[in-house]
Amino acid sequence: MDAILLQILNGLDKGSAYALIALGLTLIFGTLGVVNFAHGALFMLGAFCAVTLNNILSLSHEVIDETQTDFLGNPLRVEVPYIYDWFGPEVGASIIEWSVPLAILFSIPIMIAVGFIMERGLIKHFYKRPHADQILVTFGLAIVLQEIIKYFYGANPIPTPAPPAFTGSFDFGTLLGFEPGTIIYPYWRLVYFFFAMIIIAGVFAFLQFTTFGMVVRAGMADRETVGLLGINIDKRFTIMFAIAACVAGLAGVMYTPINSPNYHMGMDFLVLSFVVVVVGGMGSLPGAVLAGFLLGILESFASMRQVVDLLPGINQIIIYLVAIIILLTRPRGLMGRKGVMED
Amino acid sequence: MSKTNVTRRGVLKTGAVAGAGLAVPTIFDGQAWADGHTGFTNAPEGGSVTLGFNVPQTGPYADEGADELRAYELAVEHLNGGGDGGMMKTFSSQALQGNGILGKKVEYVTGDTQTKSDAARASAKSMIEKDGAIMITGGSSSGVAVAVQALCQEAGVIFMAGLTHSNDTTGKDRRRNGFRHFFNSYMSGAALAPILANNYGTDRKAYHLTADYNWGYTTEEAVRSSTEAMGWETVGQVLTPLTQTDFSSYITPVLQSDADVLVLNHYGGNMVNSLTNAVQFGLRDRVVNGKNFEIIVPLYSRLMAKGAGANVKGIFGSTNWHWSLQDEGSKAFVQSFGTKYGFPPSQAAHTCYVQTMLYADAVERAGSFNPCAVVEALEGFEFDGLGNGPTLYRAEDHQCFKDVLVVKGKENPTSEFDLLEIVEVTPAAQVTYAPDHPQFAGGQLGACNPGA
Repeated sequence: MDAILLQILNGLDKGSAYALIALGLTLIFGTLGVVNFAHGALFMLGAFCAVTLNNILSLSHEVIDETQTDFLGNPLRVEVPYIYDWFGPEVGASIIEWSVPLAILFSIPIMIAVGFIMERGLIKHFYKRPHADQILVTFGLAIVLQEIIKYFYGANPIPTPAPPAFTGSFDFGTLLGFEPGTIIYPYWRLVYFFFAMIIIAGVFAFLQFTTFGMVVRAGMADRETVGLLGINIDKRFTIMFAIAACVAGLAGVMYTPINSPNYHMGMDFLVLSFVVVVVGGMGSLPGAVLAGFLLGILESFASMRQVVDLLPGINQIIIYLVAIIILLTRPRGLMGRKGVMED
Repeated sequence: MSKTNVTRRGVLKTGAVAGAGLAVPTIFDGQAWADGHTGFTNAPEGGSVTLGFNVPQTGPYADEGADELRAYELAVEHLNGGGDGGMMKTFSSQALQGNGILGKKVEYVTGDTQTKSDAARASAKSMIEKDGAIMITGGSSSGVAVAVQALCQEAGVIFMAGLTHSNDTTGKDRRRNGFRHFFNSYMSGAALAPILANNYGTDRKAYHLTADYNWGYTTEEAVRSSTEAMGWETVGQVLTPLTQTDFSSYITPVLQSDADVLVLNHYGGNMVNSLTNAVQFGLRDRVVNGKNFEIIVPLYSRLMAKGAGANVKGIFGSTNWHWSLQDEGSKAFVQSFGTKYGFPPSQAAHTCYVQTMLYADAVERAGSFNPCAVVEALEGFEFDGLGNGPTLYRAEDHQCFKDVLVVKGKENPTSEFDLLEIVEVTPAAQVTYAPDHPQFAGGQLGACNPGA
């Protein structure tokens, strides 16, 4: 029982990331009709916003410490962050330690700008082209973004830890009456799950309860009619693209303490996120979220030793297996609507 | 006014003819490589000789590949008489004079393995066929090393392996034309086991997470057999996909087991992520069976350990070489590399530099670039002064036998390079095994192939 609970918890944080990426993918697909293969790269860019802020906060000047030597036997040059000089070592260190939460604020304008430039500069030229062209150009863009990041940050993962207050783990087992130490869950993964829920709720509320959202929803349902009513739907869709980029970026920022970011992390999530979108139902926002959590949890279960012993290799194919079963039984996905991509 | 008669059909015809013409020199088989030379593949003509450096320049190990390339460039500089000579001054064999190899200036070409066997073979093939490379060296993965070694055997050139740790490279996949200076999984297990027994006792229950490819299998086998021989019990073993990034669902079953040690047979990004996840789930704070829970990383890489940040502190592992060694060879190499690049070399850089020196030295001693003469010069060669103490290139399997370092993640690093501390230098005798040891069984060196 405790093993099952633990795997459900494990699935929640992975599912949160899938859900956030798939939500953005569906928003872009639903509004602009573009299959955006660069969406994983936006997740990666978000993570590197956190790395960049950490680097900026850690900008240092050298102080020569005569009492120690470096690897060549010269006096050791110690890097002292400027922030230590300005706020004192203790406060300065705390600010650097809290760089990941601070990066949320840092990344929002950057990701919105990236989304805006991407849509206006490249993607808008492909609206009337076949989906295959859109996939090729966005995939190409993803590779370009990856290589740019690798050029500046290298190929190795870069540690970006959570603030010390969230680095430990939480004993869920004792809350539920299990033996201590049986259901342990890291604090930051809990934070990630709640953060994802807030973002998802925010996006839904924005679409549901604002006039802007109402127009966007109307445009998703019937773009032509909304245009005929004199509403500049293209402008709103551009903003939605920027919002989707921002959601992916925030998912990336908060993911950095879970796994050290590297230039390739977006690709690792991209393919799975597309499966999530298809399983959830093309164009369905609730479907994307539901499928994200469902597949995240299933993936966790499939990695259990008892399951792998019984069905070797199942951990690597479970998501695709479930996708096949769902598409065979519900061809439009879990919550897909009639008419989406069926013309 | 000029007028050009360019037609689509004309362009296509010209392109096809030119393409076929360009392709002709590459349509060779293994036999044809040697044609037109003096009895062996790519015999150097004129005043220079070309070496092929095949390293990951893109992909997840690109940083390691870049460090290897730095070391190769430094080695070429030293061989040609540039710089401060590095380890040429400390190398026990004094055959190298700083005038190239056999008086020929050393030039090099590079290839990108992408850490993929097929890409690595393609780039090695291109360097042999098009660029006339007489020796191929490099790599940051055992899968790649095994594949390229087999290609070099067929082509009739020497392969000096870079970073490859799987037993198979000099075990079941060994080849007469291939040589490995780097240590292997067996040696890691043999060096680590006594240290683990001293620090953690002989009554331990270990759980292995293992990368699902040949290096993972041989490392797990080596660590299991060494630790079980001293009384440890293996209570769990799970293979993890190489593409896995989040290991939480593999870590949590460890919490459910009665294991009190977790062995992470992972390298590179896998190691960074699995170790980070294990620490996040509080494994290091646990007490199981009345003992502190411990984590072990059999193969450490400083470049990779950096990615795991503070999580490596206090964790045991093994490594081929470390820049903090104080022997004359290591000091000379660190001085030379550090002065040129501004930071200390990695173990990957060290092994690649040493392999280039060993190849050049063997050619000098043999008096010929003929691969079979080089094989003869390297087989059973004993040397010193290259950073690992007295070393033997064993004739039976082309594996170097030398001291192995047991290291631990440093508690209080003074710089970003100062991540590991040497706990013990395990003497070569303790990590030496018989050529037909079961973990290396099934391989035959076969005959040397000069390509003629």
